[in-house]
Amino acid sequence: MDMPLPDQRILNARDGLIARLRGVLPADAVIADPAETRAYECDALAAYRCAPLAVVLPRTTAEVSAVLRLCSQMGVKVVPRGAGTSLAGGSFPTADCVVLGVARMNAVIETDYDNRFIRVQTGRTNLAVTGAVEADGWFYAPDPSSQLACAIAGNIAMNSGGAHCLKYGVTTNNLLGVTIVLMSGEVVEIGGPWSDAPGLDLLGVICGSEGQLGIVTEAYLRILPKPEGARPVLMGFAANEVAGACVADIIRAGLLPVAIEFMDRPCIRACEDFAKAGYPDCEALLIVEVEGSPAEIDAQLARIKDIALRHNPVAYRESGSEEESRKIWLGRKSAFGAMGNIADYMCLDGTIPVSELPYVLRRIAEMSAAVGLSVANVFHAGDGNMHPLILYNANKPGDLELCEALGADILKLCVEVGGCLTGEHGVGVEKRDLMPVQFNPADLEAQLRVKDVFDPDWLLNPAKVFPLDVTASRRAS
Amino acid sequence: MTPLVLQPQSEAELGEMIRAAEGPVSLRGGGTRGVAYGPGTVLETAGLSGISLYEPGALTLVAGAGTPLAEVEAVLSAQNQRLAFEAPDLRRALQRHGVSTLGGVVATNASGPRRVQAGAARDHLIGVRFVDGMGTVVKSGGRVMKNVTGLDLVKLMAGSHGTLGVITQVAFKLQAVPECAVTLQTQVPLSAGLALLRRALGSPFEVSGAAYGPFGAALRVEGMEASVRYRVASLKALLGGDWVETAGDALWVGVRDAQGLNDGALWRVSCKPTAAEGVVAALAGVAHQAIFDWGGGLIWIAVQGLGDAGAALIRGAVAGVGHATLMRGTGAAAFAPEAAGVAALSRALRAQFDPKGILNAGIMG
Ligand SMILES: Cc1cc2nc3c(=O)[nH]c(=O)nc-3n(C[C@H](O)[C@H](O)[C@H](O)COP(=O)(O)OP(=O)(O)OC[C@H]3O[C@@H](n4cnc5c(N)ncnc54)[C@H](O)[C@@H]3O)c2cc1C
Ligand SMILES: Cc1cc2nc3c(=O)[nH]c(=O)nc-3n(C[C@H](O)[C@H](O)[C@H](O)COP(=O)(O)OP(=O)(O)OC[C@H]3O[C@@H](n4cnc5c(N)ncnc54)[C@H](O)[C@@H]3O)c2cc1C
Repeated sequence: MDMPLPDQRILNARDGLIARLRGVLPADAVIADPAETRAYECDALAAYRCAPLAVVLPRTTAEVSAVLRLCSQMGVKVVPRGAGTSLAGGSFPTADCVVLGVARMNAVIETDYDNRFIRVQTGRTNLAVTGAVEADGWFYAPDPSSQLACAIAGNIAMNSGGAHCLKYGVTTNNLLGVTIVLMSGEVVEIGGPWSDAPGLDLLGVICGSEGQLGIVTEAYLRILPKPEGARPVLMGFAANEVAGACVADIIRAGLLPVAIEFMDRPCIRACEDFAKAGYPDCEALLIVEVEGSPAEIDAQLARIKDIALRHNPVAYRESGSEEESRKIWLGRKSAFGAMGNIADYMCLDGTIPVSELPYVLRRIAEMSAAVGLSVANVFHAGDGNMHPLILYNANKPGDLELCEALGADILKLCVEVGGCLTGEHGVGVEKRDLMPVQFNPADLEAQLRVKDVFDPDWLLNPAKVFPLDVTASRRAS
Repeated sequence: MTPLVLQPQSEAELGEMIRAAEGPVSLRGGGTRGVAYGPGTVLETAGLSGISLYEPGALTLVAGAGTPLAEVEAVLSAQNQRLAFEAPDLRRALQRHGVSTLGGVVATNASGPRRVQAGAARDHLIGVRFVDGMGTVVKSGGRVMKNVTGLDLVKLMAGSHGTLGVITQVAFKLQAVPECAVTLQTQVPLSAGLALLRRALGSPFEVSGAAYGPFGAALRVEGMEASVRYRVASLKALLGGDWVETAGDALWVGVRDAQGLNDGALWRVSCKPTAAEGVVAALAGVAHQAIFDWGGGLIWIAVQGLGDAGAALIRGAVAGVGHATLMRGTGAAAFAPEAAGVAALSRALRAQFDPKGILNAGIMG
């Protein structure tokens, strides 16, 4: 992958920069020792690594502002970082940048059940947000599988989703307001604990902006009362097409499960070997989860069963206890781990119209056979967000390149059938060069103009999201 | 010579008209809004009409921005589906005629009582195409439910009141109409009523409407019959008091459309729910009527007899806890003045998308 040449002038100014950073931050907030910055050389797209000039770990919005003011005066690029779990290389540093991590900003600022919000510093992990309100019967709905580790900062920047977004929406639907620090150091409050934006929906464009527009330091999040209970059902089918048709019928019937997860045969096998969850040996497997009181759950599952039985499932297993629920989810939740156990893998994230599911799965099988790599599919079927996992061998010369080329072809296929390159992981550096597949020059130019407004010198999170040739003139000036 | 009203029949033609425009252009969807049109040429979107894709199995609809809302609602209703955000029909309240369009609904980020559960137009909008102030066609989003590819201009266009571009096409995700809906009502004083609504919203019983008005406090529960029965019983047990059950949507249509608030200036206040009572208390001694939606998070207020339409009192009371839009009446700016930092960003965005400053110039302040 191409990255711009580091700015030699900035590399030369490293010592002066670090001294000045120490001037505006407490001593322990500036990390310059290469042994200590190593942990920040990559995110979860670990194939790409690069040591930054320095890492700063501020504790307050004022400190973030001081760092950005200084860096913008000196013309130094800044890469924002939450917990570094991005699968798209979103927090991948450049050699001439300062990484600004918000991990130490993890306080709860205010909890207000009457008005149904929590205000947190964005370094707080996703799970710790729910953790702060759970004892009182509340939760924060967006639940990425990485929720134990990932921070609200990264969730907002990537507009992350989760298994339960079918019912509750993704981050942008649960975000009420932010404190954002612009590259100039200016602090701006956007939105708040009320519903409507008074003017333009700036919050809407900041969410999902992948650290291109500013550094989000605090956020108002919508919290919800916890449902009384939840219960999954597992169903196996003899063909992907049949499982796909069953998903469409459930949606059509107006049932609103909180999750509909899909796994294909290669994925089922790998998970079974790894987690021993007792999954049936079949072509396609669905996990459907519903919520409510026990009686409500029974009523919903009765409907879902009616629909499923019409599609002749080879297995149909309703959870009868906490333990059975845990087992049903166990295989799905360990899917990435199971894959990692077999081989290196690359996780794709395209979305397709749900009606195209059988066709796309067939094409992926053909394409992967043609290049001789295996692909396992596990995804959020209710909304068409696919996660094909391409298995490869990092130690075999050329395999990574082969895998990346197949990944690009699969994502192009997603766009071709009316979908998109990324449903929840973001573009980062990973899909940057594919953007012209989905957007024409005018579409991209409109996005660059938004960036121009927030970060006129193009110093924030450089060389991400937009193809390098498209941004060359802006980055140069 | 420029005709008085521009009526593009295609996106390409619209692009040419905007490229050629030298002065202000006022956009008109169905013209059901209340504010007077700005100076210059009126541009009507009615020609950009028609549903181009409707997949009930995927809960997706794509249509031209000039498509009448009523036409879309009829098509969806035949398949027992709907736009979950309940776009209001404000013709009566705003003293307008005409037909509301999808473009107008999106440009104002319309929403009704179900917002507390399902969100506003912005939360259901999955794709847009628009022509910016230079006449360039831009698309963002698409027709799939989950999409984080590039900056989210879809959200930015929602609620932009035509100041960033002319929307030509919109894509929505849809909702199946639930089989059962029950409304619970009780007559209690305002303060107690609002507290009941907040408690209901803080319960796991999934309320899809929480309003207070001349009808008292009202809650709506929707879903499968057995589930609705259970939740209604649970809410009654939780909240205590005497609740009357009614079927039908009349009460919610009334709340949605601010029915009955026909005299004087009309305000739409978005605020922290617990601040609602204080906002209205600021009007003590002034003739006014109010309807509270979203558990107090939205207040419709009709104010009589004040030269500034009540702006000083209402905007003073809501400062720091929300904001107020003047929907009908004169004597104050329609949109609340923004904090300096936000205003500067908004101004700069408008200058980027509409450098000639011609699209609905000045209507958002
Ligand atoms: C095993 C695994 C499972 C995953 N499952 C899911 C899933 O189910 N759903 C899903 O959506 N994602 C998933 N992800 C992806 C990832 O966890 C999310 O993208 C997450 O939101 C990243 O959060 P983070 O705090 O780790 O961010 P980072 O990786 O640190 O950063 C992500 C992006 O946010 C920017 N950023 C960070 N902090 C800020 C800030 N304060 N202000 C502005 N920009 C900032 C960064 O520059 C970068 O572009 C998964 C990842 C892994 C490894
Ligand atoms: C000051 C004000 C604020 C309002 N805010 C809200 C609100 O927050 N929530 C709500 O539910 N209702 C709001 N409304 C009411 C809303 O205008 C109507 O409910 C209705 O949705 C408008 O539909 P229409 O087709 O008649 O649009 P019109 O009345 O024709 O237009 C409404 C607005 O949208 C613009 N517009 C119309 N079509 C397009 C297009 N294709 N591209 C770009 N811009 C277009 C118009 O220029 C105008 O500014 C507001 C009205 C006013 C006067």
